Amino acid sequence: MAQHTADQYYVPHGTKWPIVGSLGMITMLGGAAFWVNDYSLAPWAFAVGALILIYMMFGWFGQVIRESEAGLYNAQVDTSFRMGMMWFIFSEVMFFACFFGALFYARMFSVPWLGGEGTGASTNELLWQGYDAVWPTAGPAQLGGPFRTIPAFGVPFINTLILLSSGVTVTLAHHALKKDHRKGLVLWLLATVALGFVFVFLQVEEYKEAYQQLGLTLGSGIYGSTFFMLTGFHGMHVTLGAIMLTVIAIRSMRGHFKPEHHFGFEAVAWYWHFVDVVWLGLFLFVYVY
Amino acid sequence: MSIEHTHGHDHESHAAHDDHHDHKPTGFLNRWLFTTNHKDIGTLYLVFALLMFFTGGAMAMVIRAELFMPGLQLVEPDFFNQMTTMHALIMVFGAVMPAWVGFANWMIPMMIGAPDMALPRMNNWSFWILPFAFAMLLSTLLMDSGGPAAGWTLYPPLSLQGGQSFAFVVFAVHMMGISSIMGSINVIATILNMRAPGMSLLKMPLFVWTWLITAFLLIAVMPVLAGAVTMLLTDHFFGTSFFNAAGGGDPVMFQHIFWFFGHPEVYIMILPAFGVVSEIIPTFARKPLFGYTAMVYATASIAFLSFIVWAHHMFTVGMPLTGELYFMYATMLIAVPTGVKVFNWVSTMWQGSMTFETPMLFAIGFVVLFTIGGLSGLMLAITAADLQYHDTYFVVAHFHYVLVPGSVFALMAGAYYWLPKWTGHMYSEKWGKIHFWISAISVNILFFPQHYLGLAGMPRRIPDYSTQFADFNMISSIGGFIFGASQLIFVGVILHCVYKSREAASGRVWEGARGLEWILSSPPPYHSFNTPPVIDATTVAHAGEAH
Amino acid sequence: MKKQNTFIVGAAVTAAVMAAFWLLLAAPGYTGNAINMTRGVTPQSLTHYHLHMTILWICVVIGVIVFSAMFISIVLHRKSRGYEAARFTHSTKAEIAWTIIPVVILVVMAVPATRALIDMEVAPETEMTVKITGFQWRWKYDYIEDEVRFISSLHPESNAARRLQSGTDPASVENYLLDVDKPLVLPAETKIKFIITSDDVIHSWWVPALGWKRDAIPGFINEAWTEILEPGVYRGQCAELCGKDHGFMPIVLKVLPKAEFASWIQEQRRDMAHEQADVERLWSREELMSLGESVYATQCATCHQADGQGLAPGFPALAGSKVATGPLQDHIEIVLNGRDGTAMQAWGKMLSEADIAAALTYTRNAFGNDTGDVVQPQAIARIKNG
Ligand code: HEA
Ligand code: HEA
Ligand code: HEC
Ligand code: CUA
Ligand SMILES: [Cu+2]
Repeated sequence: MAQHTADQYYVPHGTKWPIVGSLGMITMLGGAAFWVNDYSLAPWAFAVGALILIYMMFGWFGQVIRESEAGLYNAQVDTSFRMGMMWFIFSEVMFFACFFGALFYARMFSVPWLGGEGTGASTNELLWQGYDAVWPTAGPAQLGGPFRTIPAFGVPFINTLILLSSGVTVTLAHHALKKDHRKGLVLWLLATVALGFVFVFLQVEEYKEAYQQLGLTLGSGIYGSTFFMLTGFHGMHVTLGAIMLTVIAIRSMRGHFKPEHHFGFEAVAWYWHFVDVVWLGLFLFVYVY
Repeated sequence: MSIEHTHGHDHESHAAHDDHHDHKPTGFLNRWLFTTNHKDIGTLYLVFALLMFFTGGAMAMVIRAELFMPGLQLVEPDFFNQMTTMHALIMVFGAVMPAWVGFANWMIPMMIGAPDMALPRMNNWSFWILPFAFAMLLSTLLMDSGGPAAGWTLYPPLSLQGGQSFAFVVFAVHMMGISSIMGSINVIATILNMRAPGMSLLKMPLFVWTWLITAFLLIAVMPVLAGAVTMLLTDHFFGTSFFNAAGGGDPVMFQHIFWFFGHPEVYIMILPAFGVVSEIIPTFARKPLFGYTAMVYATASIAFLSFIVWAHHMFTVGMPLTGELYFMYATMLIAVPTGVKVFNWVSTMWQGSMTFETPMLFAIGFVVLFTIGGLSGLMLAITAADLQYHDTYFVVAHFHYVLVPGSVFALMAGAYYWLPKWTGHMYSEKWGKIHFWISAISVNILFFPQHYLGLAGMPRRIPDYSTQFADFNMISSIGGFIFGASQLIFVGVILHCVYKSREAASGRVWEGARGLEWILSSPPPYHSFNTPPVIDATTVAHAGEAH
Repeated sequence: MKKQNTFIVGAAVTAAVMAAFWLLLAAPGYTGNAINMTRGVTPQSLTHYHLHMTILWICVVIGVIVFSAMFISIVLHRKSRGYEAARFTHSTKAEIAWTIIPVVILVVMAVPATRALIDMEVAPETEMTVKITGFQWRWKYDYIEDEVRFISSLHPESNAARRLQSGTDPASVENYLLDVDKPLVLPAETKIKFIITSDDVIHSWWVPALGWKRDAIPGFINEAWTEILEPGVYRGQCAELCGKDHGFMPIVLKVLPKAEFASWIQEQRRDMAHEQADVERLWSREELMSLGESVYATQCATCHQADGQGLAPGFPALAGSKVATGPLQDHIEIVLNGRDGTAMQAWGKMLSEADIAAALTYTRNAFGNDTGDVVQPQAIARIKNG
């Protein structure tokens, strides 16, 4: 395209990355679908799909980064990116809201009803006699057997502190970037990355303990379901965020980003804060209460 | 039959200086697979949607053929249920929604004076996910277990009895969700960030407004659907008990989550229709839209209310009385802003100088038949009466009235309205009118008797029925076949317009048309507005109301 | 015909088609298919009918007003008549009016709607209780106080006629698809409580003449109540998609005067006592085979098919099946307890010991299976009771 001066909105030429991404997506999800149906080759399809997606991301983001560094993006393009990221995060918020909704529904309605409260009197009496609805519960049939829960003020609390401080470190990195303090930028970023991965590590340890010692599994009724789905999706997001932070850190080391122009950095930082806030919700409603 | 529009005054000069960048990519793959151009992507969406409309329509024909008379003649009950389920999934997610995104792609940049969509690469991806998603969904019909057969609402535990195809359905829904979310992010970023200087929010065409709000709804509820089907997946394959009472869950919880998505979803399908109709009626009434600001607020109110009424689909599940009362009142309230819209359309027509070209005919058909569907919706909202209506053909009649002569008619109105703009040629007005009249009459023969069937007690989602329902089912099926066949005319008109029509369209196309898209040439340059257009009372439709 | 008038002609044709339908609704002499909600035979159904008619007429009036305004405008304010467009763009007064007036109409509708709902949901003291359990695809009724219980399935005659291309004309079957082998019998003028649940997927219990439907949800119990004023036979259907035979699980209600009902119940109790005796005695092979054949036809054939060949892929063949020709213990086990997560349900909860023993004997010695086993009801009872 001939015109990408500062007053012209940058409209890229054709791109192959989306179609590569679609191929990756269908291979990966198709693989997953065959996998849950126990086809032996399916995990390979899944892996190949995932690799294609990773290739796509490198290619796509790489191109965007090159264009950005070449100064092709004016302020209006920057705003588009910002809006894109903000609304993407909003969609993620709604995704988590769905699982929180399930948690609240179970705790406020279905479990008490099974226990005979409100409209559930005959439900309890005729179908689940003797079921005492106290949270945490694996339901009237004790699916998955007896279990114990992870106390809030152990590892989860430590993890809360870790995530909160990583929110501080990423902000410090941002300040450093705005003051064009490259060393501070890189150091604080690396600290954030480290905190992120420590969090993931502790979370994995916690899962191991749950499965091996506490008898708490994905199959432990509604408690196990909500617990693992919420913390699991959160953990996946932290992992993703930490990888994104790593990329940003490497880019910072290579001298990318300018004090007044660093959308890539900010996008990752927002994402990280989002992951952080979700955790606070989790800590409160999954562990403490 | 003569063509009743008059070629208006052109502003080719505005468009002219954009033309020197007007180089389309060459080669089929470059043009269609790799494109970042909002018009090409819009075309892709529209063509895909039309294909899906026929696919879903063919399934509807199977349904209507089996229901033509009592007794099972054509298909096994399980296959019938697969047809019902797939018909709905394909019509909703494959035909109507992508068609609206296609319109958004084509029209929004032109209507707000932008060069393209805000995020052109992502725009390509949001389209190119769809063919894969639907290939995956349709492939389930070929599997041993057959396709999904639990209804488009996928209620557990029934949906969990689905065999190997189940996981494919879930992942296909995930892909559709990802596509919709990306498409909507693009629409919002375009509208909020790409408007030409001077195009303030309250000068935007109503179609742009309705899409802005639709996009917000989509981003808010598609992730919720994704979460819901994910829970189905883990309940089926990984031993969770979200929807299993033995483990402390509740099958009804799925319904709450589904309808938290599902109710806004139906407005996702109708709000852009409101937008298109609000563009067309003023054009052919040669009179500005009545109550522009009220229309904007009404749209926003409908969107807001759509989040808090979901359980009106669940009046028979045994909610506590207070819940049922609340959901009844909240649902009834939606009639107020929707009424404002209907009254404003009528007032726009009132004392206009009307002509009745095909787009106007479809728009008028929309207003009348959508209102009928809306009024039956209001009846469904009355909880005690819904204890009788629920899950009968009365409901089927309601939602087809708002969806087929509602959303689909508005899509057709829009297609006829902008086809000359898109292609640079006039379509055949005669065949357009024939298409309209056959469609409008047959759609009533198709769906009106279904009200009676429902009231007389015929449940929905059944492949066979007792003989007392025979007469109206036969009438309905005949209407269905005529309606289906008449859609072939639509395809004929489009093909003729694109490939054969010699009559060039002017830039303005319709005498009464106002708005930025009409100051561009027909067809418009490849990149809509590289230089922002001048916004003044002559170029936009709503240059502020006269206060 | 002048071109400008195509619109009017077209609109007239459409309106005429719609009006023809409407006339059907109004014509008193019309004897064809029913076209309106039933008035039913309970106070609730009557309330719901009147509520329905009220809101219907309100909607009709709104429709007529809105459409008239439109069509007047279409007829008068058209360019072909030389009408010049006015330029007005809004009117605050009008807009306020058409916000307020609909609100008022809605309030008018909400009042009777609220009353009807409260009447329905707030249950009075009831005199008897019937537990309704939905299964794929039949209903089980349990008279709690009288300890009478039985299963009600699609009538065999309908069941045969409804097969794909069965060759039987549905019109020749009495109450095609709306008949059962054993109807639910209830007393008139009695306040009856229903407790409704399901054993597998969600069903919905609906007899239009009672005026409501209620979902049967596995793991939860829903309550509803009724008081039927007139003896008679009332028919309904499952109203929630519940799998392939959702269309084939009708409900038939036989309402008897109180006294007749009392004697009917006594009879049922006697029959159940006989059944108890039947469990204890020894049965001959012939007896078991002939009972088995009929149990198989009414209960099992829906899925495993009359010839025992099943319906691939979902429903396995019993002819030559490893289970039906293998160790007896496993066979009894699956029929008694069903298989979780499949449509094969726990028949132990539904059928009598004799029925199960007969079905087992039959399936082990029919369709070419020749184990020669004879399963006694006693044996089933022993396993069932631990
Ligand atoms: C485009 C899609 C669309 C739209 C716009 C609507 C609009 C409405 N719908 Fe509908 N609906 C569906 C699609 C849609 N619906 C679908 C797909 C289902 C079934 C899903 C399934 O189960 O598979 C469904 C089901 C459905 C139910 C559940 C029925 C049941 O299963 O038992 C209910 C109940 O309240 C309902 C209500 C309404 C109401 C009150 C409106 C209102 O928005 C209508 C408002 C409009 C008007 C009222 C007319 C115009 C107003 C005036 C002229 C003003 C004056 C009027 C008054 C003062 C009354 N709908
Ligand atoms: C936007 C959504 C949309 C659209 C456009 C339609 C369009 C149509 N629908 Fe559908 N429908 C739904 C959404 C939609 N529907 C939903 C959500 C359900 C509920 C599903 C559920 O219960 O889970 C449903 C259910 C549903 C049922 C109830 C099924 C049941 O309960 O078992 C029926 C029955 O008549 C039906 C019929 C039709 C018909 C005849 C059309 C027609 O308008 C279609 C017309 C189009 C064509 C016919 C295609 C074009 C022509 C050809 C392919 C050429 C060949 C044809 C001939 C020569 C005749 N639909
Ligand atoms: C609603 C459908 C349905 C009905 C009715 C039904 N079955 Fe089944 N049956 C199934 C399904 C589905 C399976 C397969 C379960 C599985 O996949 O393990 C099955 C499996 C079986 C098996 C094991 C067959 C094998 O080879 O694995 C036997 C034996 C059996 N059923 C007997 C009966 C009898 C006896 C009856 C009647 C009293 C009956 N079934 C009624 C659906 C049904
Ligand atoms: Cu049982 Cu439908
Ligand atoms: Cu709704």
